[in-house]
Parts: sequence; structure tokens; C-alpha cells
Amino acid sequence: SSWWSHVEMGPPDPILGVTEAFKRDTNSKKMNLGVGAYRDDNGKPYVLNCVRKAEAMIASKKMDKEYLPIGGLADFTRASAELALGENSEAFKSGRYVTVQGISGTGSLRIGANFLQRFFKSSHDVYLPKPSWGNHTPIFRDAGLQLQAYRYYDPKTCSLDFSGAMDDISKIPEKSIILLHACAHNPTGVDPRQEQWKELAAIVKKRNLLVYFDMAYQGFASGDINRDAWAVRYFIEQGINVILSQSYAKNMGLYGERAGAFTVICSDAEESKRVESQLKILIRPMYSNPPLNGARIASIILNSPDLRKEWLVEVKGMADRIISMRTQLVSNLKKEGSSHNWQHITDQIGMFCFTGLKPEQVERLIKEFSIYMTKDGRISVAGVTSGNVGYLAHAIHQVTK
Amino acid sequence: LAAYRTDEGQPWVLPVVKKVEQMIANDNSLNHEYLPILGLPEFRANASRIALGDDSPAIKENRIGSVQSLGGTGALRIGAEFLRRWYNGNNNTATPVYISAPSWENHNSVFVDAGFKDIRTYHYWDAAKRGLDLQGLLDDMEKAPEFSIFILHACAHNPTGTDPTPDQWKQIAAVMKRRFLFPFFDSAYQGFASGSLDKDAWAVRYFVSEGFELFCAQSFSKNFGLYNERVGNLTVVGKDADNVQRVLSQMEKIVRTTWSNPPSQGARIVATTLTSPQLFAEWKDNVKTMADRVLLMRSELRSRLESLGTPGTWNHITEQIGMFSFTGLNPKQVEYMIKEKHIYLMASGRINMCGLTTKNLDYVAKSIHEAVTKIQ
Repeated sequence: SSWWSHVEMGPPDPILGVTEAFKRDTNSKKMNLGVGAYRDDNGKPYVLNCVRKAEAMIASKKMDKEYLPIGGLADFTRASAELALGENSEAFKSGRYVTVQGISGTGSLRIGANFLQRFFKSSHDVYLPKPSWGNHTPIFRDAGLQLQAYRYYDPKTCSLDFSGAMDDISKIPEKSIILLHACAHNPTGVDPRQEQWKELAAIVKKRNLLVYFDMAYQGFASGDINRDAWAVRYFIEQGINVILSQSYAKNMGLYGERAGAFTVICSDAEESKRVESQLKILIRPMYSNPPLNGARIASIILNSPDLRKEWLVEVKGMADRIISMRTQLVSNLKKEGSSHNWQHITDQIGMFCFTGLKPEQVERLIKEFSIYMTKDGRISVAGVTSGNVGYLAHAIHQVTK
Repeated sequence: LAAYRTDEGQPWVLPVVKKVEQMIANDNSLNHEYLPILGLPEFRANASRIALGDDSPAIKENRIGSVQSLGGTGALRIGAEFLRRWYNGNNNTATPVYISAPSWENHNSVFVDAGFKDIRTYHYWDAAKRGLDLQGLLDDMEKAPEFSIFILHACAHNPTGTDPTPDQWKQIAAVMKRRFLFPFFDSAYQGFASGSLDKDAWAVRYFVSEGFELFCAQSFSKNFGLYNERVGNLTVVGKDADNVQRVLSQMEKIVRTTWSNPPSQGARIVATTLTSPQLFAEWKDNVKTMADRVLLMRSELRSRLESLGTPGTWNHITEQIGMFSFTGLNPKQVEYMIKEKHIYLMASGRINMCGLTTKNLDYVAKSIHEAVTKIQ
């Protein structure tokens, strides 16, 4: 007999299931709107030109393959901090922060979660927005923390339930941990406006909450890296010492290279050194030190003026295409004669859109039109192209009229 | 951190790696999309094949699984996290985990952070005879509670460089089978130790042939020189395909909350190399180059010490294998080496053989001679 007879089969990944079904479908008009990766207007993966250039530089330099330090590539972590905080940030200039390289967004979130479990003794409760990225819950749980929620998305309006959020947050026990999506909320695409962020900052400050920002889409949301980091920077300016996870999967298209970073804003540089030492102690028994390739590509891009400029143009290009698809979807729905209010599609931002479609409608889209998305009605706008947006609008109209 | 050095004392990017990297760089059809959670399929299957052998009964019987991991450390951690959740009951943090005395210092932290509460050591290094304390090891296994987990170094034990002989491995396996102890192999030096992939995998393959279910954490850091790309693989050998499938499905959940999916670059390099007969041959050659240099440094150091008439026996220098050697120098002698001779070794007397070159052999041998004769 086996040691593993009692091991249960793990549940199938819901999003993977969407892709599996999509692959099996023989309909030539099929669309995969479950994919969480950017696609160009031909529906193909997009390798950024600045990435190709950085890679060519790396190939020509014939560098060695020696281990990185536990905390990662220094040029990368410093540039990451500057990208998030802004070069004029007092926190950045004073050095009262520590940034370690993480395994893209997930790995960075996990380092932070483990760090909180070990060192944040005030609370082990993490408050997530309702809904949040599906993987947030198991990450924090596996790190040994408890999950709670605050209202966020209003399904009636397909937009932010701001009063609900403020109401719930005002009741969170002091010194709890609250997670906020810095921009391009996943899965809803619903972000607070700047005035609302100001109120959120005030309330978390009043409740003395530890703020954990997840920023996976800087630049990718609005097309402007400074605008997308506005909330993070505002909170820090208000004296809130946030912790932050960054990913370069989407904004640099470095998905499989796993480039990310975890940052702790500290009281002073001395504290940041102590925090850094503890982060290293957490990282070493996880994977010793991080992978170089993605971080080096990102570092070259961020630190070379020409490549950085090129990157900013390309990331804006990706964001603009997404925004344009949103606009075209709404206008096509109007052309189809839909009487519903689809404004939320253009109000929402980033890769994902909560269409407001109900499970039965989603099922019809899959069965009758070969348009695949998750049951919650979330679509990845990245999967929409000028070639298929008409078909999508037609199908949505058919199932909602 | 320990890494291979050439005779000029320089890091060495394997020629086959340079070649494959150029191929990858020139291939415009490649992109940076996410790998599956468990990793690049061609990497996983071939990495496990390297450990278990082309003719492995476990592979033939389709009862193996693989998880691409962030280096050997990542493979160890995923395995440890799985064992803590699913081995010997559910979430049984009390299962004893045995680590050799001494061992790689990170082993302890991996299992502690995975949640195990009872980490113990098993006898391994006999300082007096400068070799394996087999009797102590076997005694510890006899006394260990049933179902205890044992971390075994597949070859080139770190830090002692002292491995059991095949005969000794057979004795170890017999006790482990009888006492229902779980073998978790750490294989960080396959090929790098003796120069032969098969020889360095003998112990793992023997355990498989004896019908064990086991884990093997593989690292491609040293044998591919891909240190900073974090290329590792957790090989799972189970009783049958169904068990392995369920194990993998749960490992997938663990991976998803640790790093979601693994980095692509290093795995591509290894997979490309292992799946091309020509590149594979080149790689084996490169590995042998590294192993041979280390073996040469060992024999040269030993012969110098014996020529100098340095007190003590020095056969352990060539009997030990891999990157490290426990010289047998005591802490005071080590301090002398560091302070007076500027030769850096660990307080344990561990020396990194890769640090030896034809240019410094004489100096190192003379320094050891001085340390041993001047300091007691």
C-alpha cells in the first residue's frame, strides 16, 4: 500500500478549466476571455520590444551565472522601489524602506504574508476586498493568517460600493491588516477615484490598520505609471507605512520569468536593515535566492533612459488597446440595440471586467457562442480584439436582451 | 555560497549552456508566457529521467511525478510542505524529521518553516576516524519512531564529502524498509561528484528498485552551472500512477501559494540540453570537466601532504567526494589558516575544493602542514 492512499485529489483550477474547455472547442469563432495575460490585436502573446532589446544586451554581455544575494538583484530592487514610490518620494530618498526581489506577484505577496505571520503580533487577520484575486485567500491562509472581508464591489451597479467599504473598514479592529489593490482591481476592474482614496487613507489611518498594497498592474491600468501608483504614494505621504507587492508579469510581459518585489516602508533606514535581515531569513528556506533572468531584464529597462522611455510607450500601448476594446465593446452593444447600461465596462480599468452577466448567461455564451469566461461573468479584456469585439457584443446582446 | 571555479579561480558558464542560451535568444518564436504551475513539461520529465535512469522501472510503470522548483531548496520546501500536510496522517507536525550531523545548514530551516516541530539529527560524521559513522547512523534508524522522515544526501554529502558505499547504502535501505522510514533524497551534485550521472544516482535508483516510495529534490545549480536561474526538480516516486497523480494535485496547490509557477529561462536551457542527443553528450562532457578538476585537486593535495610528511592520514581527501572536504583541521588550526595564511575555510574544517588551483596547491598544502605541526 502507499503512503498516499488518503491524499485527496485537489480540486481542478477553475480558470484552467475554462482554458481546457476552450482548447477542445472546434468553433472557429471561439474566444478565450479567461486568460490573465495580455494579447495583441491579433490575439497573440506580445513580447515587448524593450524586453527584446534588453535580452539582446544580456546575450551579448556573456555574464556569469553566480547566485544572486538572497534579497535579489540590487539594481532591480532599487529601481522597483523608485518605480513604485516615485523618485521624489521622501521615503525613497531617505532610504527608510527595504525592497527584496520576489517571485513575481505571488512570491512577493507570500514573503509579506510570512513576514506578517512571524512579526506582526497585533493581529493575524487580513481583510480582503469582496471579491479579490482568487489566490489571495490561500496565500495568506498557507502563511498562517486568517481571512476577513470588507465590502467592495456592488453587483447592482457594477461599480464600487464605497459607502459599504467605508462602513466595513471603519469597524475593522485596530491594528488589523488590510489589503488594497493599488490599481486595476482584480477581478472587478473597479478602482476608487482619487477623492475616495483620500477618504480610505484617512479611515485606515484612524483605525491604525497595517496597509498591504498589491500592485500588479502599474502602468498597465491607465497607461501612466505615476497615475497608477498614486494611491500607494498618497498613503505613504499621509504617514502610513505601507507594505507593498509588485509584479512585472503584465506591465513588462515577463510572466514566466517571475519578476517581482516586496517592499516594507519603515520608520527609518536603521529599522529597514533589521527588517531586511528577517526577510532574508524567511526567503532562504523557501528557495535560497531568486531567479536572475526576469529581474535583470526589468532592471536594464528601468535603469536605461532610452529603454525606459520605450517601455513607457509600450505599456501605454497595451493599456490603450485595452481601453479601446472596452470602448468598442460598449459602442458595439449599443449598435446591437442593447438597452442595458454598459457604462461600467468603460468605467472599469485594467485587464479584467466584471460584466454583470449572470451564471446562466455565461453558460449560454460558452455553449451557444463558444465564448469562454469564468462563471462570475469576469472577462479578460486582453482577449478581445478589433476582429472579434463585434461577435462578442452580438453574443452578449443575445443572452441579455 | 559554494560554486564551481576554474583553474584560474573564475566562475564557469558551461559551453553547452552558452550555446543553448544563444539558441534561445535567437528563437523569436519563444515568448515569456506563464509556465504551467508544475513547470515546463519537457523539463520535468527529463529531469526526473536523469535522476531515476532511462530504464527506471518506476518510469516504465508510470508511477513518478515531477515538480519544477526554484532550485534544490525550492524542491525541498515543496516536498517538506507536502509531507507536513499529508504524510503520516493529516497535518502531522509531530512526525520526526532526521537530518544528518552535520548537514547543509539550510536543511533545518526548510523543515522548521514547513511546520515540522520535531527535527532531530542522525549520526553521520565520525571525526575521530574521519569517515562515516555507519553504526551510529544505523542505530539511529533502528531507534527512530516508525514513519520518521530521513533526509539523505544522494551523493557528495555536504559538508563532509563522505558518502556511504553501495554496500552501506544497502544496509541503510534494509533498516529503513523494515522500520517504515521515509527517504527524502537531496541530490544537488549528480554528475558533479564522480563525473558520472549514473554512478552519482546509484543510491536513489537502488532505493527505487527496492520498492520505496520516496522524494528526491534535485538541483541543477552545480551540474549545469545555472546557479542564479534557480533550476530544480522534485521527483516523486509512488506505488502507482493514481497515488502519484493525487500527490501532484496537492503539490500544485502548495506551489500556487508559494510562487504560482516557476521561472522559465533555466528550465528551458536544461530541457533543450537534455532532449538533444548532441547537446546532452556535450553537457555530460562539461560536467566531467568540472568533476575531473575537483578530483585532480583532491589527489594533488593529498599527494603533497603525504610528501611533506604532514602528521596524520590524508586518504580521506581523495576518498571524500564532491565540492567539499572535511579536512579534519580543528578550530584552532582553522583559525591559523585564516589569520596567518589567509586561506578561508569553515570552522568545521570544511574546505571548498573548487577554491584549489594548480597555482595555489603548494601554498595550501604547506599551510595545512604548518597548521597541523604548529597548532595542536
